[in-house]
Amino acid sequence: MREQKFIVSPAPHLSSGVTVNKIMWSVSLALLPAIVGAVYFFGVKVLQIIGVSILSAIITEAIILWLRKKPVAISDGSAFLTGLLLALNLPQDIPLWLPALGSAFAISVVKQTFGGLGHNIFNPALGGRVFLLLSYSRYMTTGWATPRAGIISIDGITSATPLTAWLDANRTLSDPNAAENVKVLASQHLNDLHSSDTLLRLFTGNIGGCIGETAALLLIIGAIFLLVKGIISWHIPLSFLGSLAVFAWLLWIPGASKPFHGNVLFHIFSGGAILGAFFMATDMVTSPMTGEGKIIFGLGCGFLTAIIRLYAGYPEGVSFAILLMNAATPMIDRYAKPRRYGNA
Amino acid sequence: MRLLRRSTPRNDKYGVMNMLREFLKGLFKENPVFVLMLGLCPTLAVSTSFANGLGMGIATTFVLVSSNLTISITRKLFPQRMRIPCFIIIIATFVVIVERILSAYLPELNRQLGIFIPLIVVNCIILGRAEAFASRNSPARAVVDGLGMGFGFTAGLLIISIIREALGSGKIFGVSISTEFEPVALMLLPPGAFLTIGFILALKQMKRKR
Repeated sequence: MREQKFIVSPAPHLSSGVTVNKIMWSVSLALLPAIVGAVYFFGVKVLQIIGVSILSAIITEAIILWLRKKPVAISDGSAFLTGLLLALNLPQDIPLWLPALGSAFAISVVKQTFGGLGHNIFNPALGGRVFLLLSYSRYMTTGWATPRAGIISIDGITSATPLTAWLDANRTLSDPNAAENVKVLASQHLNDLHSSDTLLRLFTGNIGGCIGETAALLLIIGAIFLLVKGIISWHIPLSFLGSLAVFAWLLWIPGASKPFHGNVLFHIFSGGAILGAFFMATDMVTSPMTGEGKIIFGLGCGFLTAIIRLYAGYPEGVSFAILLMNAATPMIDRYAKPRRYGNA
Repeated sequence: MRLLRRSTPRNDKYGVMNMLREFLKGLFKENPVFVLMLGLCPTLAVSTSFANGLGMGIATTFVLVSSNLTISITRKLFPQRMRIPCFIIIIATFVVIVERILSAYLPELNRQLGIFIPLIVVNCIILGRAEAFASRNSPARAVVDGLGMGFGFTAGLLIISIIREALGSGKIFGVSISTEFEPVALMLLPPGAFLTIGFILALKQMKRKR
């Protein structure tokens, strides 16, 4: 390595005392309520998944940093956080080698091949999740555990995720060949999903879904902590959830629903929207730098999430939406460049 | 520019060693897949199994050798400004031959390779060799160059295919390896192709830097 006397780096140059360490551990701390909630709703098995995922992430990071002859900085918490976030994005009933493999892929391919912390284009945890989803969709779309107290026992709600049930019902309704009585049942399902009872369960987390994404309330508590500490800004979560709300309300599935009638609360609180908007899309490395850029980023995430949920093959689109906007981030940063000081 | 460079000195053009060098450059020094990075579209798209890779490699090699030969024989007939359309017509002729033969005798392979057989017409390797080599060299040398480049392309395709088939469907040459191994389906999808070629190139760079 050539010795450099002057370090040339892009702005900002002021140091604020906020270190990578502090950010990573604060975000992990903010996820603690959601983890406690997950253990309560789905049992102790989720701790195994979380543990394996984190362990695999840290080991992979250490090995690759050692191979690259870089300081083995696993105590900065970035690998820990990647492993944790990946685990929170997995179903409960999966073999334990799945989180291990996913974390190893996330760290080795999505993060380290691009140059490690600060250089990755895509969010490592989401990259790992999408890798698992595309490779092992058998486990990733069926491994839902029934939450602890399944109060209502409508088919498709307690066994699958609300979004899967929602998509199935909508598909049945828009299918011209479906029998009439099946359609009646489907619209009944849809009504149940949109009922205030289901919305309350979505908010508190007592419903099927990935380990850490179900309890909106607990995630929001963590998010408020991060907002107050100034680790995340309001731009991305607000524009993300706002545009998801607008497009979920505005868009429709032909034959199944009408425009301007979408259930906004259902879409915001189901699936990974809250977890994605507050904890994944706000990743500093892979999101734009300026406030304006962040708003564009969030709007794009919300729009893509709505499109994928309504019209694509997968019931949930948060991970794909964020990854696609990660790819657009360099472009957004060019567009939303702050005006140069001193220039007219 | 690398393509346009004359790879051998002018004297003793038809010596055995020179011919051998002309042949071997396609396999190693100027391997179309890993060095020239040409023809990546079919390489990435059809390398999902060994059989597909082999079929594509042979089809491309046939077109490459035949078009190199024909273009080299007729090279003095083309007006300078019209040469590219002439090359394309000659290449397209051989692609049609390949396509007809495949659909008659190997319909299953033809179905698997699909649109990528007609797309051999616009394969950069073939047009690149026509422009850079066949149109400036004698027929014998053009055929040797076509064979070398074709085998180099096939070899590259097979290396990627074997890796993707093993990881993506848990098979080697179409035979299952183990019932315990759960294949990584992503390796059969386009990202798998990019990851494979990316890692191969990275390994190559690593070796070169040492």
